[in-house]
Amino acid sequence: MNIQDFVQIDKYEWEIPKNFRSDMRTAVRIFATRRLLEESLKDRSVEQAVNATTLPGVVGAVVVMPDMHQGYGFPIGGVAATEYPKGVISPGGIGYDINCGVKLLASSILFEEAEPMLDELASALNHFCPSGVGSKSELHLSEAELDRVCREGMRWVVQRGMASEQDMRRSEEQGSLAGADPTQVSRRAKERGRSQLGTLGAGNHFLEVDLVEQVFDMTAANAMGLQQGCLVLQIHCGSRGLGHQVCTDYVQTFQMAVRRYGIHLPDRELVCAPLDSPEGESYLGAMRAAANYAFANRQLLAHKGRQAFETVFASHIKNWHLHSVYDIAHNIGKIETHNVDGKPRKVCVHRKGATRAFGPNAPGLPEEYRSIGQPVLVPGSMGTASWVLTGTQASMERSFGSSCHGAGRVLSRSQAKRSLRGEQLRQQLTQEGIHIRAGSMPGLAEEAPQAYKDVDNVVEIVSGAGIARKVARLRPLIVIKG
Amino acid sequence: MSKKQKAGFIELPHTADWAVEVWAAQYDELLVQAARAFYALAEIRLAAAPRCTRRLAEIRGDPESMLVAFLSELIYLSEQQRLGFDCFDLEVGQDVLKGVLEGAAIASQRREIKAVTFHNLAIQKTSEGLTVTIVFDV
Repeated sequence: MNIQDFVQIDKYEWEIPKNFRSDMRTAVRIFATRRLLEESLKDRSVEQAVNATTLPGVVGAVVVMPDMHQGYGFPIGGVAATEYPKGVISPGGIGYDINCGVKLLASSILFEEAEPMLDELASALNHFCPSGVGSKSELHLSEAELDRVCREGMRWVVQRGMASEQDMRRSEEQGSLAGADPTQVSRRAKERGRSQLGTLGAGNHFLEVDLVEQVFDMTAANAMGLQQGCLVLQIHCGSRGLGHQVCTDYVQTFQMAVRRYGIHLPDRELVCAPLDSPEGESYLGAMRAAANYAFANRQLLAHKGRQAFETVFASHIKNWHLHSVYDIAHNIGKIETHNVDGKPRKVCVHRKGATRAFGPNAPGLPEEYRSIGQPVLVPGSMGTASWVLTGTQASMERSFGSSCHGAGRVLSRSQAKRSLRGEQLRQQLTQEGIHIRAGSMPGLAEEAPQAYKDVDNVVEIVSGAGIARKVARLRPLIVIKG
Repeated sequence: MSKKQKAGFIELPHTADWAVEVWAAQYDELLVQAARAFYALAEIRLAAAPRCTRRLAEIRGDPESMLVAFLSELIYLSEQQRLGFDCFDLEVGQDVLKGVLEGAAIASQRREIKAVTFHNLAIQKTSEGLTVTIVFDV
C-alpha cells in the first residue's frame, strides 16, 4: 500500500475507497497530514483498518485517528460502526483492556505553592496507589460484591463513600453502563478481577500530575474548573486482568461462532458475532460488566489520589481538593444513534484506542457541559504535553462522535529500550523538572517520549479537521508508572 | 536465538505490543518454545526450589486455538498463582491437548503480559517443521 492508493478529501482527511480490495464492505477514512499518513504506512495499521471494513453490517466508513498505530485485528485509533442489531460485534475491535480510559481531576492548587512539595507528592501517590507487575488490591471482595461492581460501576464506589455524585455525573455513561451482566463473565475473569480492583498495573498505564500550562478556550475551561497555573491529576488505566480475560474468553468462543454464522474474515483476531445472537448478547453483557469494573477502578485510584493530595497539601494549602473534570473510555463498544447517509441509525460503535467526542447538546452530557461539548482527554507520552479538548458537531457527522486518544506509538518497545536506558531517561526527565516513580527501569524506557508521535501534532490534526476543539494544554510534573 | 537451531524463538518488532516468531520440528515442541518465549518476554525468573507440578486441563480445538489456550493458561497461572514452568510433558492428540507442567514459584518478573492474541495467527509448515508468529498484548 502506498500514498497513491488514497484519495485526499481535504488537508486532514484521506480515503481508501471501497474498491481498493475486493472484500471491503465500505471505505476507510483517515485523519492525518500527508506526512503522518506516509509515516503510518511503515506499520500495518492501515492494512488493519482495511481488514476492519470486512465486518458484516459495517455502516459508514471505518474511521482512523491520527494517533493510529498497529494493533492486533483493529488498528489502535480505529472506529467502526455496525448496524444494530443485525450487524456484528467484535471483541478484538474493542480490545483486551476493555474500557481502558482516562480520568482527569482538577484543583485550585497553584504550581508555585505546590512546587516545594512535588517530590513528596510523587512519593505519596506512589505509596497510596498500588502499581506495578503483580500489584494486588487492598479490597477483599466476595464474588457477590464483585458482581455488584460489575453491574453498578462507579455507583458502587459512590455508595461506599469513595466518590461523589459529581464524580459519577462527570463520567461517560455516568460511570455505569446499562446492560452489564456479570453472569456472562467467567469465573477465571472474576478471579483475576477480585485481586486487582483499585490497582494501576504496569505497561503504559500511569498516574500523572500536570500543570495547566495554557488555556485555549476560557468558556470550556471555566465549565470544567481548569485554571491556568494550577495542578491536575490524570489517571490512565482500565479493567485489569478481568477485562483481558473477558476478551480472551470471547475471542476463543467466537472462533466457532464465525463458522456457525458463515462469516469470513481476513484475521482471526477480528472474530465477531451478530449483536442479536446469543453469543453477541453474551459478550455485550460481559464487556459492559468489564467496562463498569474499569470505571470503578479509575475512581478508586482517584480516591487514593485525593488521599495523597490531602496528606501532602492539607496543612499547607487551604483548598487542596481535587474535583472531577471527566472520565472517558478509549477501548469500548457502545450502542449509539448516529446519522448515516442522512438518516439517524442505531449502531454499535467500536472504539479501539479512540475517544468518544460528543459535540454540544449531544445526549448523555452533564448539564454543565451541554453547551461546550464533551471533554476529550488526550494524554501525551511521559515528559510531553497532554491535552483537554471538546467534541464538536463535526465529530458527530464525520467520526461517529469520536476523536484521538493519545500520541500513538512509533517505536516498538524493544526499539525504545535500545535507544535509551531507563535510568538515563529518569535523569533526563528529572532535569526537566519531572518527578518520576517507576517500578521498572526497562519498563520506563519502553514508554520513553521518543517511542511516541508528537501529541501536539496529533491534536493539531483533530483540531484542524474540526473533530475536536482545543481547551487546554497540560505539562507533566509527576509521573507514576508501574 | 539463532534460527539455525531446530527449535527456538525470536522477538519481532511490533509497534504496540510484543511479537515472537517460534519454530520447532513438531507441534508439542512448538508449544514448549512458545511457553519459553512468553517467559523470556515477561522476564520471569523462577525460584530454585521447591518444585511444583500442575496438570493441564484438557484443551480442545484447532492447533492455533490450542496454542492460544495453552499460553493463556500460563498467563493465568503466572498472574494468579505466581507460578512459572520450565518442564513440559505434553500429550497432543487429534484436536486435543493435555499434559503436566513442572516449575516453581516466580522469583521475579519485570513485565506484565496480559493476553495472547489470534492476530494473523497461522501455524505454517516448513521444510524443517512448523513456524508461527504470536502477538502478545501487554
